[in-house]
Amino acid sequence: MAHAAGVIFRQPSVIPGFGLALGFTLIYLSAIVLIPLLALVVKSAGLGWSDFWRLATDARTLAALRLSFGAALVAAMINAVFGLLLAWVLVRYRFPGRRLIDAFIDLPFALPTAVAGIALTALYAPNGWVGQFLAPLGLKVAYTPLGVIVALTFVSLPFIVRTVEPVLAEIDRELEEASATLGATRLQTVSKVVLPSLLPALMTGFALALARAVGEYGSVIFIAGNIPYVSEIAPLLIVIRLEEFNYGAATAVAAVMLAISFSMLLLINLIQAWSRRRFGHGA
Amino acid sequence: MDISIENIRKEFERFPALHDVSLDIRSGELIALLGPSGSGKTTLLRLIAGLEFLTSGRILFGNEDASHKSVQERNVGFVFQHYALFKHMTVADNVGFGLRVRPRSQRPSRAEIRRRAEELLELVQLPGLGKRFPAQLSGGQRQRVALARALAIEPRVLLLDEPFGALDAKVRRELRRWLRELHERTGHTTVFVTHDQEEAMELADRVVVMSNGKIEQVGSADDIYDAPASPFVFSFIGASNALRVHVEAGRVYLDDRPLELPRTNLPDGPARLYLRPHDLEVSRDEAGSIPGVISAVRRTSGARLIELEIGGRRDRLEIELPAEQSHRLNGRLAVRPRKWQLYRDDECRLAS
Ligand SMILES: Nc1ncnc2c1ncn2[C@@H]1O[C@H](COP(=O)(O)OP(=O)(O)OP(=O)(O)O)[C@@H](O)[C@H]1O
Ligand SMILES: [Mg+2]
Repeated sequence: MAHAAGVIFRQPSVIPGFGLALGFTLIYLSAIVLIPLLALVVKSAGLGWSDFWRLATDARTLAALRLSFGAALVAAMINAVFGLLLAWVLVRYRFPGRRLIDAFIDLPFALPTAVAGIALTALYAPNGWVGQFLAPLGLKVAYTPLGVIVALTFVSLPFIVRTVEPVLAEIDRELEEASATLGATRLQTVSKVVLPSLLPALMTGFALALARAVGEYGSVIFIAGNIPYVSEIAPLLIVIRLEEFNYGAATAVAAVMLAISFSMLLLINLIQAWSRRRFGHGA
Repeated sequence: MDISIENIRKEFERFPALHDVSLDIRSGELIALLGPSGSGKTTLLRLIAGLEFLTSGRILFGNEDASHKSVQERNVGFVFQHYALFKHMTVADNVGFGLRVRPRSQRPSRAEIRRRAEELLELVQLPGLGKRFPAQLSGGQRQRVALARALAIEPRVLLLDEPFGALDAKVRRELRRWLRELHERTGHTTVFVTHDQEEAMELADRVVVMSNGKIEQVGSADDIYDAPASPFVFSFIGASNALRVHVEAGRVYLDDRPLELPRTNLPDGPARLYLRPHDLEVSRDEAGSIPGVISAVRRTSGARLIELEIGGRRDRLEIELPAEQSHRLNGRLAVRPRKWQLYRDDECRLAS
């Protein structure tokens, strides 16, 4: 654990190879993650502050960023609820077809996102299987921000289910029994005992889902319709700027995305570290 | 609260974990369920709590039939072996949980709940630890928090499943004494499970000895030790020897030689003589006593343990003699029992 007074490395442990492992980790992380990110920062720094600010606060850029992060947040929240429900059903009940459902959950992982995008568009287009029933209700999904949310919800589902599932399976049955002997109804047991124990895992899943949704490109561009100011996501805007050879604008959008994503993940990690210290969950 | 358990049976997917168990628990009593692993102690405790449901039989709380009541309705305090504390709540919140989840009309005010939690923590000798989280307590402390939490709901009966099982020997002994004192102070009807006979004997008013899903005997420590109702109880409690003998017309024969024992009313046929090592004394005369060949002698702190081989059949007899006894300790030795129990052979085979 790093102490407040400064960085203190772990005491030498009985497991050998710490130095080697740390060295490798740092080099690997640098090559794969840090250097590309650094290049991005350097490149956008080359723009100069006022140029950068102008590009970053351009109305179209702001609309795209708002859609990207807003839709990702909504999708992650939807999945936090329904992914949790799915995990609950898969862990707590035995029913025929359970394994099949279990396998389906991973499909968004495995499917090329373009395939998912085309499939969703076909479903939700005004004349699609689902879209034709929604259209009379005045509900348009494809080619609207709603479509973006649908696509992001689809691709980020497995993250919540798969992080919550093992933790839920590990929850001691005795905790729930203790709660029941103390007079708690089933609802009270779930809300006061089970859910709080799941919260750290749920937050991890939420962070992963959010990160995935923010970065999603392939499936969204098919269903979104990509109307500037309305249903155009930030990653697409970057691509558009690149195609215009407007590298400065592309890096500005990218740098803003990076900054927002990083702060969100940092915040979630801080909350988790705090809850771990408090409740002694995990490590 | 008196609790009557009437002819209960519990099956898990056709596997009978308890058959035909009956037991009366008197109000204010401290009862131990003692038995080897898998004998059904936990199952019986969970049935009383309502955490499992009966296959058949009845459980009465006072005069009311509780068999079909839910756990919540039964109002029992249950303490789990591994504490089952809520990790995300402070110690005080854990203790107050049972009060906080009450329906609004019966729920005490926040201040009142806090005061009660403090009071209970004092009762279990953990004053001032209310703000800690369970992860910041030792095992013994956690177990006491679990007990305080169970007591908070003013349970009709307190049920403890191997409450000290996960603690080291010293803490166990301390907590044991402390639990006895607490029981005397609060007077809760209490049932606790243990497979430590010393714990059962020391702590309980009455001990229930269980084996294979049945109750073998219910009684005080004296009853269980001095008048074991079955060969199982005899051999489960304390050290014991069993000798194969034969009964004919009320006399007991060892290898066709009569033993100098009072007449028994056991029917003719094979039987077993159960003896405790310290209830045997050296006899000068082989006639009427148990002769054998010494095969090993060991010295323990207060005694000398002698192993005797009886007859050609290799029955072994362990004898505990005072350390200062200076008999010739090799070759042949004859012993005579001061106390013994005689059981029919078929009873013994059932028990083993
Ligand atoms: N949920 C269950 N499903 C199936 N069988 C069970 C279940 N619970 C207990 N049993 C069986 O019932 C029998 C009695 O179990 P129980 O847990 O009551 O034993 P115990 O006396 O508490 O043992 P221990 O001292 O090891 O805790 C055992 O054979 C066990 O395998
Ligand atoms: Mg048990």
